Amino acid sequence: MSVHELSASELIAQLNAGEITSTELTRACLDRIERYDDRVQAFLQVGAESALEQAQAIDQKRKQKQPVGPLAGLPVGIKDLLCTQGVVTTCGSKMLEHFRPPYDATVIARLKQADAVLLGRLNLDEFAMGGSCENSAYFPTRNPWDLERIPGGSSGGSAAAVAAGMLPLTLGTDTGGSIRLPAGLCGVTGLKPSYGRVSRYGLVAFASSLDQIGPFGQTAEDCALALEVIAGHDPHDSTSVAQPVPAYRAALRQPLEGLRLGIVREHFGEGLDAEVEKAVREALRVYESLGAKLVDISLPHAKYGVAVYYLIAPCEASSNLARYDGAHYGHRTDEKAMHKQLAEERAVLQAAGNERGLGQLDSALVRMYRASRAEGFGAEVKRRIMLGTYALSAGYYDAYYLKALRVRRLIRQDFDEAFRQVDLIAGPVSAAPAFRIGEKADDPLSMYLVDLYTVSANLAGIAGISVPCGISQSGLPIGLQLQAPAFGEEKLLAGAHLYQQATDWHRRRPQLP
Amino acid sequence: MSETSYDIVIGLEIHVQLLTASKLFCGCSTKFGAPPNTQTCPVCTGMPGSLPVMNRRAFELGLRTALALNCQIAPFTKWDRKNYYYPDLPKGYQISQFDLPFSSEGWLEISDPKGKIEPRRIGIIRAHLEEDAGKSMHDEAAGQADSRIDLNRTGTPLLEIVSKPDMRSPAEAKAFLTELKLLLTYLEVSDCNMQEGSLRVDANVNLHIPTPDGKIATPIVEIKNMNSFRAVERALTYEAARQYEVWQETGQKIGDIPKQTRGWDDVANITRGQRHKEESSDYRYFPDPDLVPVTVTEATVADARAALGELPAALRTRLEATFGLTPYDSDVIVNQGKRGVEYFLELATHSGDGKLASNWFQQDVLRTLTEQKIEIDQFGLRPERLAGLLQKVRGKEIDTSRAREVFAAMATSQKSAAEVMAELGIVQVDESQLVELCRELLAANPKIVADIKEGRGKAAGALIGQAKKKNPNVNPGRLMEICLELAQGM
Ligand SMILES: [Zn+2]
Repeated sequence: MSVHELSASELIAQLNAGEITSTELTRACLDRIERYDDRVQAFLQVGAESALEQAQAIDQKRKQKQPVGPLAGLPVGIKDLLCTQGVVTTCGSKMLEHFRPPYDATVIARLKQADAVLLGRLNLDEFAMGGSCENSAYFPTRNPWDLERIPGGSSGGSAAAVAAGMLPLTLGTDTGGSIRLPAGLCGVTGLKPSYGRVSRYGLVAFASSLDQIGPFGQTAEDCALALEVIAGHDPHDSTSVAQPVPAYRAALRQPLEGLRLGIVREHFGEGLDAEVEKAVREALRVYESLGAKLVDISLPHAKYGVAVYYLIAPCEASSNLARYDGAHYGHRTDEKAMHKQLAEERAVLQAAGNERGLGQLDSALVRMYRASRAEGFGAEVKRRIMLGTYALSAGYYDAYYLKALRVRRLIRQDFDEAFRQVDLIAGPVSAAPAFRIGEKADDPLSMYLVDLYTVSANLAGIAGISVPCGISQSGLPIGLQLQAPAFGEEKLLAGAHLYQQATDWHRRRPQLP
Repeated sequence: MSETSYDIVIGLEIHVQLLTASKLFCGCSTKFGAPPNTQTCPVCTGMPGSLPVMNRRAFELGLRTALALNCQIAPFTKWDRKNYYYPDLPKGYQISQFDLPFSSEGWLEISDPKGKIEPRRIGIIRAHLEEDAGKSMHDEAAGQADSRIDLNRTGTPLLEIVSKPDMRSPAEAKAFLTELKLLLTYLEVSDCNMQEGSLRVDANVNLHIPTPDGKIATPIVEIKNMNSFRAVERALTYEAARQYEVWQETGQKIGDIPKQTRGWDDVANITRGQRHKEESSDYRYFPDPDLVPVTVTEATVADARAALGELPAALRTRLEATFGLTPYDSDVIVNQGKRGVEYFLELATHSGDGKLASNWFQQDVLRTLTEQKIEIDQFGLRPERLAGLLQKVRGKEIDTSRAREVFAAMATSQKSAAEVMAELGIVQVDESQLVELCRELLAANPKIVADIKEGRGKAAGALIGQAKKKNPNVNPGRLMEICLELAQGM
């Protein structure tokens, strides 16, 4: 097998055994990126030189018999939403085209500490807003299984890079499904940890109460490995929970006899693609054959998930993105042109003796704000800022934001109730395999529905993972989603691992031309 | 128009910078006066990806203040975002507390030792914590319209205290502020420096005017830019008169026009209307998802309450009850702050005479501090040593004017009262010596003897100077008594 087919865990074993050096592995990844990424377009930036330097330093450490961290010189890719000191962090937006954070996100610091080689910045929907990676201000990433199709979003670059064998491990973020959805559509394994499990410090916020950082790899074991590195309390993030980080890899082998797997009645209704349903049901039979017990459950409020999500997330986003005003952060409009235009408008009004008009002219500051934001943000970001601003406005707050919070509580209670009966919940990740690029571009509402099966985990703060469970007739991957109660990652990963021990869907790779 | 033709209704909003070493949500220093933008970090500059973490110390100081203001403490409180755009606000929102402030419903008693206002309680609606904004500096010196922003202050913890509209005169407003500032100083929660902006006051004021159709209220005006308590008093006085005039002209009542903001011009002595930024601001408050709510246990409240110490109102009462001081005297002493009161208490205890201690403290100690421009703890003449002198005054071993000489010498040395007196040759004059001296003086001044006999006893005063020349240690009071007695018999 070539290194591109090996999982992160297998590669780390080889690195630690001295069968391959970090430099060789990093070069192999760079070669593969060189060869395929002009078509896949997963990367916004590849830091070849810096990656090789890091790799050489780790190889040197190993040569000198110094202790090497758990990532052992493994190349890792980062969704371009996680601040990395001195490295341009665009968030997929023109707004932050030149933003170089002066600090490392906590997860980045932990990756460095664990001897990862930070190799590149991965594409995403602008500020993580989208489910297809088409909302990147730079270019859409393509699905390695079919370059005419979307890889899913918003962490599309992170999923595609692993699927195309360009990197063994990447980090993404999941606000409403942004890890699980692209993992499912690209045929890789992607974990969204429980809210509070991983520090958000340095994750450029989209929706603070929903955002969570998680890994992509080929297997659940890869995700377990990565989670051990990035999880844990961080004094810089008060929403990160002070709970010890279990040995997730060791927990993979825990016996799961009598595993109770919840099957959500509402997940198999109208709108679910027949091929997806077939693959998911087949996966459930595999579990049964492994001794799991399938339990029929109901999440009665799950149907409101998307509506609730598209209130809470935009509300938080409208505030989180206020800082990109051209004064401190982000693109600033051409001030000379702005002042010139203001002077012209003023002159016209003065000539006409229009006092009222003069009084209504916006100040230079307001014009600067308006123009900078109009130029710096893309359409989807603007749409969500407007939605959120509207929903938080006086007179609407109770009917929208407050009501959404109440329904969010009901959704959480549904899960609490369900997890009294079952250990894990299993179902589809998305209603259908990857769609064609541009197919839903003019239909934001149907685009929002791609999050149908994933948003409620974010609203409830629980953990979820997407594992490959089939290939459609047109050759597109299908994902199975498993969900666990908050801080139930051990069982979640063990459940996914159990399935991957019995199947080989996670080993299938796309044929790249 | 008579002064009683309307009531002035005043409510105050006070922003107090809390004396924490670091900011409310990050570890940056809060020190005033550093070069611009040197006390900043990713958190207080609102760097993308950064997150706030609450400074426990700031919360404790807030709690302490709220308890001293007799507020109810909420067992559960949260942080909210107040969204608005301004260049000195890097995140585009301010972290504040909206609908669940950590404290509410308190009061502060104001009184006036001179009796000009009735002692009474001014209600406190709420006290909540929030972060300060930065400073915009407009650099128009070079003919440029450039604005510069200093974010050193951004994120400094502020306690916002909102009073009820309970004050009925500018003097009451000033009394409230004075008492509040004293309280904050005792609590050691703020340095209350108005010039450096660590105490800022806004006032809401309107008039209630009785008319034949019942009482009407004029539109509420918020006054800003007042840089001293005196300015607050003057601004309110001006504003009340202005509102009355406007009402007479326009008849405008509350609700007829939106709430107005006016700035106080300390030079011109007037308030000026400020340009409306927006017709009505919608701050789109919502709970900050980056911060966890704060729960305050009863034990925490009890501990904070126990640690409050003796506060000004209680101290005044104690000074009056223990030492028989007048309200005026106790007020002057308590106004000197904790250290001043400690000094006085030691002086009073060691000297055994509270009233005498009060006189010496107010006249001599405070005067010396002013002359030397020092604080009480820098004053070298500590109370135990000074008490030695006061005991001699009490025992009539020395008269007041000579005691002042001794005080001056003691203040610049480490010597005891007895040592200084010995150096200056101050010894108590024997009674028979004194009688002898009086006889000599009277014999030499027949005119004075005649005056005394005719009932003009004051004339004997002229003898004091002469007596002191002969013996500087004579006690003038006793000298007078003997002279009067002897003259009558001559
Ligand atoms: Zn800071």
